[in-house]
This record gives sequence, structure tokens and C-alpha cells, in this order.
Amino acid sequence: MRIAVLVKQVPAVDTVKIDEKTGIMVRDGVEAELNPLDLHAVEAAIVIKESQPDIETEITAITMGPPQAKKAAAYAVSMGCDKGILLSDRRFGGSDTLATSRTLARAIEKLGPFDLVLSGERATDGETGQVGPATSEFLNIPVLTYVSRIEELTESKIKVVRAIEGGHETVEAPLPAFIIPVKEMNVPRLCTLRGKLRAKNSDIPVFSANDIGLDQKMVGLDGSATKVVNVTYPKMTRSGIKIVASGQTEETIDKLISFLEEKNCLEASK
Amino acid sequence: MNCTSGEIWTLAEVRSGTIHPVSKELLAWGRAIADELCVPLASIVIGHNIYEQALELISAGADIVYIADSVEFENFHGDIEVDILQKIVNEHKPSILIASATTQGRTVMPMLSARLGCGLTADCTGLSIDPSTKRLIQTRPAIGGNVMADIKTSGHDPQMCTVRPKSKRPLLQDISKKGKIIKINTNDIALHSLIKYIGFEPEKSVGLPLQEAEIIVSGGKGMKNAKNFAKLGELANLLGGSVGASRMAVDLGWTPYSSQVGLSGKSVTPRLYIAFGISGAVQHIAGMSGAETVIAINHDPEAPIFKVADLGIQGDATEILTSLINVLKYRKGLN
Repeated sequence: MRIAVLVKQVPAVDTVKIDEKTGIMVRDGVEAELNPLDLHAVEAAIVIKESQPDIETEITAITMGPPQAKKAAAYAVSMGCDKGILLSDRRFGGSDTLATSRTLARAIEKLGPFDLVLSGERATDGETGQVGPATSEFLNIPVLTYVSRIEELTESKIKVVRAIEGGHETVEAPLPAFIIPVKEMNVPRLCTLRGKLRAKNSDIPVFSANDIGLDQKMVGLDGSATKVVNVTYPKMTRSGIKIVASGQTEETIDKLISFLEEKNCLEASK
Repeated sequence: MNCTSGEIWTLAEVRSGTIHPVSKELLAWGRAIADELCVPLASIVIGHNIYEQALELISAGADIVYIADSVEFENFHGDIEVDILQKIVNEHKPSILIASATTQGRTVMPMLSARLGCGLTADCTGLSIDPSTKRLIQTRPAIGGNVMADIKTSGHDPQMCTVRPKSKRPLLQDISKKGKIIKINTNDIALHSLIKYIGFEPEKSVGLPLQEAEIIVSGGKGMKNAKNFAKLGELANLLGGSVGASRMAVDLGWTPYSSQVGLSGKSVTPRLYIAFGISGAVQHIAGMSGAETVIAINHDPEAPIFKVADLGIQGDATEILTSLINVLKYRKGLN
């Protein structure tokens, strides 16, 4: 069984900036990490491999980004993926979700065939959650989004539980399929020292637009259909009132109740 | 009037055979844009035995309702929806297509974007029209709400986006409003999904899904244990709200992941958000700063959650929760 996992390197959340002129995120000088939600996809792939010791399974972690994004693929290898691939090319710069998905799908086709492709629910920087489903469409394989559990996996099909609004839905799809786990699915393992050494010694090949046979018009800014035209920084703080409750709970509750009444939030409790 | 061409479309959300109220929020978004461009506003409904419900979309703002009705549409199947949407988009050439940023919308719209090669903007909280170009400006928070980005779709139409539920109120129902219902012919589409629906297990949680909740009662590490945390459900019940949580409370196993608010959980926009014993890490604030009103209760006077609160109470979160429940019960005549 061949499994591909898509991972993304993201800036460690609190330190990101966007270039106000270009509208593009500035990633230089900001600490990077593997997107936390992708860890669940990597973990899911490794669990699948471990749960079928009699079936030869190979996991390829694929990432796209600047040269330093190699680290994201290496991290996935140190967790237990068999190999890592980096898609990197200046021409990929400024890709929106459409161009990114097209690029990833082409790479997956080039490196495939795969029985399963996994990705994280969304990245903590762009927060779109669009790349997974869009990539599945470019690959023309069924996608199971918001997967919280794999119930059954055979050579020809996968049955999963999806965490959707108000409950859990069980569905089944033939392989090859695209699976997008949510955080609920598992607890990602930490890298072992052995894993880190393995990652250090493993080669992460780099593929360019030419290598995967994509024309310049199809990638990066040229291949994108959305553009950031303006960026503002909203004020997140509020100048609220503060009450110190120590020893006067009753008085505090009175104030709290009148505040709730003022905001019309007590209709249900009349 | 200076009209453009191409209808404005909204994709109605059908869940378990029912048109979900978020579909009416989409019409409120679409109505404003359609009026500005003076083009018709339509709602697309893909479901089964849904004609009666679809009429309500007209009084909620739609000029046209396109309906695809078939027994195959009883449950959501992204792959069939993409086929249908591709067909009707090519036939009618709408200029804008708006869907909700729900698990359905966030599944089918990216697929459609790839299929049509059209741009898609995720989870918008603002939509407007550029007065000079008449193109759609899609505003969305990014990087945990630290940044609001205005995004335009280049390339060909439709300009597509998903909008965050609860970021706009539905229009007042106008039962005198007239509209057309048009059946979508699906004869030339293979109505066969590769994905087989097996079943649905509703969650035994309090209230609406978080992203649809008007009131969210949320708890963090300051609730100290699972038993205290469970009391939040009682308050949520009394207020007619839902229970949320910080990542810490989820990681401690006090509540399922579906209740996690924040960057690796859900982004919510309720009318009222009450944070009990949540310190307010950047990642949490990213998910709840869109709330209309925020009340924070924390023992630590320096807790960052107070910076984003309209009312901050420095005190013991569990004690205040218990007292508040008792007072509300008393008022309700339950004690």
C-alpha cells in the first residue's frame, strides 16, 4: 500500500507578518513549525502502516514551499514516514489554494500511484482548509473530509467516521481515496531520537515546476485565481469593565445578571 | 441603472432532508450584493422532497430558486453536487457563488473551484462590491484574526467564496415577495456517488453546533476537573446556548474536540461568549474574538482573556459558575 501525506510548514503563530504592499506573508526571520493539524494526518498514516504489518506499506510525506520547508518533510520522516519530498521553485511563490492544489496533485500523480492520500484539515496560517478537497478533485479521487476515525481499511475500500455539525457520519469510499483527518482522530507521536537520526540521514529530493511538468502559467501567482488586494490589522482588544469578585460573590452575580439582561441574553432563562 | 450581468447565487445547505437556516444568512449576504449590481439573486437547492421548504427561500430574499430533486440527494454527496453545480454554472453563468463555511460548503466549494478553475476565498466575514470594477471584495480574517485580508478573484467567473455562519443575520421574512422556482434537469448527470452513506450518529451535546450558536459558555483549565466542566452544560441549557472549550480542556479529556474553540478548533461568532477559567492564549482568542459580547471569568488578574472582554470578573470560575446557575434556576422557578 502506498500512502502520501501532504504537510505544510507554517510560521509559529504569534510572530507572522504580512507585507502590506504585496499582501503576501513574510516568512523570513519567523520561526517555523510543521502545521499542527497536519501532524494528525501524519500520525494517521503511520498508524495505518503499523496496523497492517503483513502488508508492505510506504508513506511519502510531500511538502511545498521555500527550500527551508524541507524541514517539514524531514519532521514527518522523523515521526515515521518512509520518505520526504519537497516541491520548491521560485515560480511557486504566491500560489493561492487553486495553484497549490494543482501543483500538489501533479506531484502526487508523478510520484504515484498512491492508494491513500492524506492531508491536514487546514493550515494554521492561511486557515482556508481548501487545499485538501481541491487536490482530491484535481486527482479525481473521492475525498472524505473531517474524518475522526477509520473504521475499516481494506485493499479496495475505506470506511470512516466524519465529525460534522451535530454528530458523526459513517461513510465508505473505494480506494484510491483522499482522507482528511481532524484533530479528534489521534494524538500525534513525538519524534524519537532514532527517528530524528533517520530523518537526518534521509535525502529529501526537491522537485521544480519543470520536474513535475507544470507550465509557468499554471503555478504561483500566474496560476492563482485570487489576489490579496488589501490588508488591515483589526483591533482585537476591547475596553471592558472589570469586577473583582473576592468574597462578594453575590454582588458580582447581580452585576453579571444585569449585564446579561442588558445584552438581552436571558430570554431563554425566564 | 448601471447593471452588470450574471446572477448572484447562494448554495443552500440541506442537512438530513431539511434546508438549514444558514441558507437564509447566505441570502442576506447575496441580497445586498444583488441589489447593488441590480441582478437577480438565486438560491441553489440540492435535496429530496424539498419543494415546500424551498419556497421559504423566496421570502428570505431569493428571486429565483433552482432545485435539483432526487432521492440520491437525501444525504450530502460532494461529488454529485460538484457535477450538478458545474453543469448549471456553465448553463447560467452566475457572476458570484456564495456558500457557507460549514463542513459541506468547505468540502464541495474547493472541489468546484478545482473543477472550474475558479478562485475561491474561505470563511469570509465581509463581502462588498468594488465601486469602480464591480468586482466582489471578499474580506476574511487570517492568521488567527490578526490580519483582515481583502481578496479579489481574478480570472473567470463565478467569483466564489464561503462565508462564516452567524456573521450576518437573515433578512426579515417577506411573505409577499414573489419569486421563481426552476427545476434543474439532472437527466444528463450520472447521479452516482463514489461515497456510500452508511449512517449518522447525533452528538449528545448541549445546544446547537458551536458555529451556529448564539450563546457559547466555554471553559478552560480553570474549571479544575471534568465534573466542574460538566456544569457548563447546565448553564448553557439555562441560557439556550452551547458549550465550548479551550484546547487545554479538550486535551485533558473533559470534553470532545468538537467543542474546541481556537486556531486548531473552531472559529465562532456568537452574540455572547462566556469564558470560564480560560486564560486566553493567542490561539484561543483567534477563535472567539469575533463574538459580539465577551464575558471572561478568571482568577488571574493578568489573564490575557481580560483584554478582549467586555465584562471581566476576577474570581473563582467554578464558584461563580455555580452561583450563576443557582440564581438563574431560582429566577426560572426551578428551585
